[in-house]
Parts: sequence; C-alpha cells; structure tokens
Amino acid sequence: MSEAIRAILTVVVVLLAVLTVAGGLVWVERRLLALWQDRYGPNRVGPFGVLQVLADMIKLFTKEDWVPPFADRAVFILAPAIMVTTSLLSFAVVAFAPRIVVADLNIGLLYFLAMSSLGVYGVVLAGWSSDNKYSLLGGLRAAGQMLSYEVFMGLSLMGVVMLAGSFNLSAIVEAQRRIWFFIPQILGLVIFAVAGLAETRRIPFDLPEAENELVAGYHAEYSGMKFGMFFLGEYVGITLISAMIVSLFFGGWLGPWLPPLAWFVLKTVVVIAGFILVRAALPRPRYDQLMALGWKVMLPLALLNLVVTGGVVLART
Amino acid sequence: MATCMAQSPADQLRARFGGAVLAVQPTRDEVPTVWISGDRVRDVLRYLKSEIEQPYRMLYDLTAIDERERVNRQGQPSSDFTVVYHLLSLDRNADIRVKIPLRGEFPALGTITDLWPSADWYECEVWDMFGIRFNGHPHLRRILMPPTWNGHPLRREHPARATEMEPFRLPPEKEAREQAALQFHPEDWGMRRRRDDADFMFLNLGPHHPGTHGVLRIMLQLDGEVILDAVPDIGYHHRGAEKMGERQSWHTYIPYTDRVDYLGGVVNNLAYLLAVEKLAGIEVPPRAKVIRVMLTELFRIISHLVWYGTFAQDLGQMSPVFYMFTDRERAFGIVEAICGDRMHPNWFRIGGVAQDLPRGWDRLVRDFVDYLPPRLDEYDHEVLRNPILRARTKGVGVYTLEQAIDWGVTGPALRACGLEWDFRKKRPYSGYEQFEFDIPTGIHGDCYDRALVHVEEMRQSLRIIRQCLENMPAGHYQSDHPRATPPRKDRTMHDIETLITHFLGVSWGPVIPPGEAFQGIEATKGNNGYYLVSDGATMSYRTRIRTPSFAHMQTLPLVTRGAMIPDLIAVLGAMDYVLADVDR
Repeated sequence: MSEAIRAILTVVVVLLAVLTVAGGLVWVERRLLALWQDRYGPNRVGPFGVLQVLADMIKLFTKEDWVPPFADRAVFILAPAIMVTTSLLSFAVVAFAPRIVVADLNIGLLYFLAMSSLGVYGVVLAGWSSDNKYSLLGGLRAAGQMLSYEVFMGLSLMGVVMLAGSFNLSAIVEAQRRIWFFIPQILGLVIFAVAGLAETRRIPFDLPEAENELVAGYHAEYSGMKFGMFFLGEYVGITLISAMIVSLFFGGWLGPWLPPLAWFVLKTVVVIAGFILVRAALPRPRYDQLMALGWKVMLPLALLNLVVTGGVVLART
Repeated sequence: MATCMAQSPADQLRARFGGAVLAVQPTRDEVPTVWISGDRVRDVLRYLKSEIEQPYRMLYDLTAIDERERVNRQGQPSSDFTVVYHLLSLDRNADIRVKIPLRGEFPALGTITDLWPSADWYECEVWDMFGIRFNGHPHLRRILMPPTWNGHPLRREHPARATEMEPFRLPPEKEAREQAALQFHPEDWGMRRRRDDADFMFLNLGPHHPGTHGVLRIMLQLDGEVILDAVPDIGYHHRGAEKMGERQSWHTYIPYTDRVDYLGGVVNNLAYLLAVEKLAGIEVPPRAKVIRVMLTELFRIISHLVWYGTFAQDLGQMSPVFYMFTDRERAFGIVEAICGDRMHPNWFRIGGVAQDLPRGWDRLVRDFVDYLPPRLDEYDHEVLRNPILRARTKGVGVYTLEQAIDWGVTGPALRACGLEWDFRKKRPYSGYEQFEFDIPTGIHGDCYDRALVHVEEMRQSLRIIRQCLENMPAGHYQSDHPRATPPRKDRTMHDIETLITHFLGVSWGPVIPPGEAFQGIEATKGNNGYYLVSDGATMSYRTRIRTPSFAHMQTLPLVTRGAMIPDLIAVLGAMDYVLADVDR
C-alpha cells in the first residue's frame, strides 16, 4: 500500500516539478538572453520579474480559445496535446536520484527515444491541420528534420548503453561511478546534444518555426492556451534533453557533499543555460544544409562512435 | 571625364541620327540633354548603350515631366509630356539625358524593356504616375498606386491634397470592385499554376511579414520550398513624395526628404539641397560642407548598423541586432546633441546647415569614433566569421557585374561585384575630394560580399568623421547668398533691403531661377539623386527622386529564381533597402 502511495506521490511531485521548471525556464531564458544582449528582459512583475510567467499564463488562459474555421478541428486540437503529453511522459523514466523515478523501466532509454519520436506528430499534425501554407511548410520541415535527426540520436546513445550494459537510466547513472561517460563518449555527447537541439526545435534548428521565414511556422494559427502548450512543450523538451544529457553523460545525481537530487538539479540547470547560450549565439542554417549535416556528417560520426566503442568494449572483455 | 573625346555625345548623335535630334538643351547641371523624336528612341538608346565608344551602359533613371503648365521652356521643343531617360556611363564617368517630347493628353511611346531589363518597373511607374503608355511593354500595370486608382497622380490636374478631392465614399459596388482587385490570379503575375504532374504552391509573403522589413509583398511560385518565381508587389509605402515636392516651397520640402530613406536622415537632405543649390548657384561655405560630410557619414554608420543587425536577425541570429542598436543609440546621441532630433533631423538648409555645432560636439564625436572600431571587430567574429552565416550567404543572391550594371544596381551592391564605383570618389560633392578614405569592393557579388562591403564602409566612414573632427574649418555655417534659407538674421535689423529679402525668404520661401539640375550622391544604400525642374517659382515644378532601393528591389526575381525561401530572406537581408526608399 505504501508503495502505491509512494508511486502516486512521485508521479504528482515529478509532474508538478517539471511543469514548474518549464514555466520558470521561460523567465530564466528571457532574463539570460537579456543579460547577454545588453538589455533588461522582464523585470517588472514581482521580484526580478519572476512573476512574469504567471502573468503570461493568466493572459494565455483568458484569451479566446480560437480554432480557425478552415482548420481540421479535431487534429488541430489534438496536436498541442500530443506535443506536451509525449514530452511529459518521457520524464517517467528519468532517474532524478536513487529511487526517485516514476517508472524504473529496464528499457528506459528506448522508451525515451520512442516518446520523442511520437512528439514529432504534434508538430507535423499541427502544421498540416492548420491549413495554412506557412504552417504546412513548417510541418514539412519538421517531419524531414526530426526523422533524420532521430536516426543518429538513437545511435549516438548506443555507446553509453554498451559501456553501461543497460538501457535502464538508474543503472546507467550507477555505471558512471568510476568515470562520467562524457569522457569516453565525448563524440556521443556532441552528437546527442546536436540531435537534442534539433528535437526541441530551437535555434539553430528552429526551422519548423523559423520566424524570419515562416512567420511562426507550424504554430502560426495557434493562439491562447493551445499556443501555450506548444510553448510549454518546448521548455519541457529542453528540460528533458538536459536531464538526459546529465543522466547519460555527466553522472546524473552522482557528486560529493551535496544530496543526489541537488546534484542532478544543479547539473541540469547548467546544461539548460548552455542551451540558452547556443540560442543567443547562433544563426539558422538552411533546410538542405541541415539535412546534409545530419546525413553526411552526424550519421557517419555516430556510426564511427558505435564501432569504436563496440571494439573497445569487446577488447576489454 | 570625357575630355579626350573628339566630339561631344550630342554632336555624335547629331551626326548619326540627323533630324531625329530635335534640340540640345542647356541645363544647370551640365549633363548633356538631347531632345530626340519619339520614333527613334529605341535606336538612339541602343546606340548609346552598345554602339558608341565608351557606352552608357546603365539606365540610371527613367521618368517624365508634365510640361503643360510650364512657362519657362526656352529652346525646348513643344511638348505636353516629356519622357526623360537618364543614362550613366561608367567608362566616361559621365551622364547623358535623352528627352522625348510627346503630344496629347494620353500619349504613348515604344518600350525599351528589351534594351534594359530594368526599364520594366520604371516604365510602369511612368504609366502609373503620368498615364503615358509604353507600347510593347510586357506587362504595363500600376506599380505604386492601387490597381483601382482613378487618375495618374503626377499629372498637373491631379489633386495633391485629399481636401481637393471629393469626400471618400465606399458604396457597395465600389467595395466589391476593391475586394475583387485583391484576389490573386497567378496569370496576372505571369505565373503558371501547374507543370506536367505538379501543382505549384503560391505563397503570399507580406505585406506583413517579419522578413520583409516593412510593407513589401512578394508573390512566390513554389515547387516545394524552391522558388520558381518571385514577384515583388510594391507601393504599400507610397506617400507621394514627388507630388509633395510640387506643393511645398523649396525650403519646406526638406523634412519630406528625410523620410525617403528613413534610415539615412540628413543624407537625403544633402542630395536634395545640392540639387537646389546647383539651380540657385549657391556656394556653401567650407564649415557647412564639412559639417554636412560629418553628419552624412555618421548617418551612413547609423543606417549600416541597422542593416547589420537586421541582416544577422534575418539569418536567425538573434543577439547582434541588440548590440548594433545600442551602438546606434550612441550615434543618435551625437545627432541629437547637434541637430536636436534623431532619426529625421531635417537639419541641412539651402546654403548650409540650420545651426552651428554646439559646444562640446568634438568630445562626443571623438568618444564615438574611439568606441566603435573595437565593437566592429567584435561583430566580425560574431557575425561575419560565423560558419553557419557564411554557409547561408556565400554564393546566394549572385549577380554578375554586367547584370548589376544592366539592372541599375548602385552602391554597396555594385561594389560587391568588384567595381570600385563611388560618387564620393568619382564625382566628389560637398568637399569629399579633400578626405582620405578607401572604397571597399567585393569579388563574388553575393550576399556575403555585400555584407563585407557594408561593414568595411562603416570603418571608412569613421575615418572620414575623424578627419572632420580634426580639421573642422572655422567660419560661418550658412552661405550669405540671398537665396540661402533661412537668410542670416544678424544683418536684417540694419538695412531695409536685407529685411525685405529676409521677410520674403521666410514667408514665401526663396524663388529659384528656372532651370533643371540633377545631383546624385552616394547615399547609404546606393545612388540617391534628385532631378529638379524649376519654373522660376517658390516651389519646384517637378521633383524626381531617383532612389537606389527601387532599382535593387527589381533585381529580386533575377537572383531568387531557383533558390529556397530562406535564400530569399537572406537576399532581402543583404539588399539593404527600406520601403519608403522603394515607393517614395
């Protein structure tokens, strides 16, 4: 009985924590970008502007919940839900600290990859159902980009799996007691980070959105809380990718002095800040350049990493 | 200059075409102005473009004059409407103006779109503004005014103010007509709907789109994301700047020029005033000249900084624009201290500038010229050397030097093709010949080279500003010529003649003697020129504004066919235009 209560409690706490972090990230990102861009950012609502998120949420909730008459209504409504749900579901397998995990699956990593694949549907369906040419182009770009980047996203993680001998995230973290995997798997880390950026559709991989070209791309027709869900989904996605990078390459909760959970949160925050810095710094490649990078550079590198890691593991056993 | 030529071009034309040369008109700007009969226009222009030695390869401007109310036309053939072709020879560094007299209310003339592709938009503009038809033009249409507009605005009988017209009404049938005019029919834009088994997608980009920097509409014919055709639809920013020139006094027109290239501020004033001063025969004192140069170069930097930031922004880089706007604020601080206003200072005057430099101006300017160079170096690292940005702009939006000249491209875009052509060097005005600076050029004529030229120009402008700072002449900031406006106040209380001149100059504005003058300058975005016709009144008879952005925008289909949508945005970003400069 107490196990069941504990499980439910974990689910609720994790859900609330993730949503809060994702919401808070909006403020953190805007403030950090402002800091790097010689301006203030939101600093009016509450101390240091932290309540800006709250104000934005109230605004989004009270806006007219509008579905364009030309849109495919059912799909149009479903798309943002898919996006947020799949991102949130992925958190089920993230091990925040020993025993703080919603579902300690032995195929945790595969489950994460599966969920992130499903997340693409949110974007593609949104672009298609909006019946808007800009959205359609955004959706097409999303489909191409994400399918390509998923291929080597999975492959880039296989090195970690080989070293840890498990798909279970807790086991992978435990396997890093001797050495964090970012040292032997530096290539895997780089490839995964690139693929992760692409999965979250952020600059330089924000082609489905591409404000300067496609106005707002796949979510051009969305407003109110449906738009808010895409927004939330993006930030949940960043948190997720950062948490995965920390778990897979930076020893998860491992670290001296501080409690495990604190280490996990701290590392995740640093990685998130890194993602925000990337957004502040880089321009956006063209669609065909992005595909060329994926198939001609990243995929061979991921395969190379796989072969070398496999060889080393074999040689040592 | 063409000193080595045995014969003047007018003589050559006379020898070649005999009776077709109706007259040679003297003008204040000393540009050879030859009247040709309308039936020989294509032959004459073809001769000037390709057969004459040292040909006039650029169609610099094409416009018209409604002559029906003009009084002072001594020595000119009788004409109701005159079409003016302004050609530029890069080899001679000289211009020629070919004028065609036309009779009748709605005359017609043969097209020259087969000689110069850039004549397309210019002929449309003349049709739109004057109702002069060009026979054989592939698609003569209204280009600046809405398709449902009644009348041709630059004709004398067309009212300049809304108060001179009937009150606006929108009855249902007119509303229906306006709505119908908004519908998109690909055939009207010269596009096909399908090819073989594929249906094309038509994408309406703008007039409200984050990538177009203003109210520009581009119709795209797409196959996937590949652009098969891109047709710009301009005119959304048309404010009748040329028409306003005919109802404002010579002096009160100055603030209108500020708003033509609205990022260029006083640079516009300079082009206009140099033409006015040429007509009036005013010599500007040295101090005023140097002040003008200093502010012009400061505004070149201001304009280029906006271009730089938005260029990076167009390519998806979000931070640079903030840095560059911060720098621009500093420059505006100087402009504000000197002129009292920021973006549109309206500060140059006929015969000089509005006021002397304020105390402490040198410290402000020195701080700025010391501050900016390290920042520009930093931006090089951040923007120009970024590999993604290079991949996005190298080899994108290319035109060759020949194409550039054919399409009337000037300014940084022409220099990016490898030609060192800058009016400040080639035809120094306002004392530019006294300054030391280099003209940066590119090689490839692509978006990246355009960017490089822009950035290097800012460094050269800083050099010029530093020279102004160190060599600012003493003396007065305003000419004591009687037509200089506003006239000097200090002597008015001493004798009645000066008082009367002052009174008339301020209340009516100066009367500029009859004549015609053109002055082109190296503006921020290319060659900006004012072609002024005075009929001896307090207002201009015809004000023609030749803007670089109009010519540059016309090249868009040329460089984007076969490219992708992101390339289109990169081309627009590197083009450096503002819509007010396109539409006027």
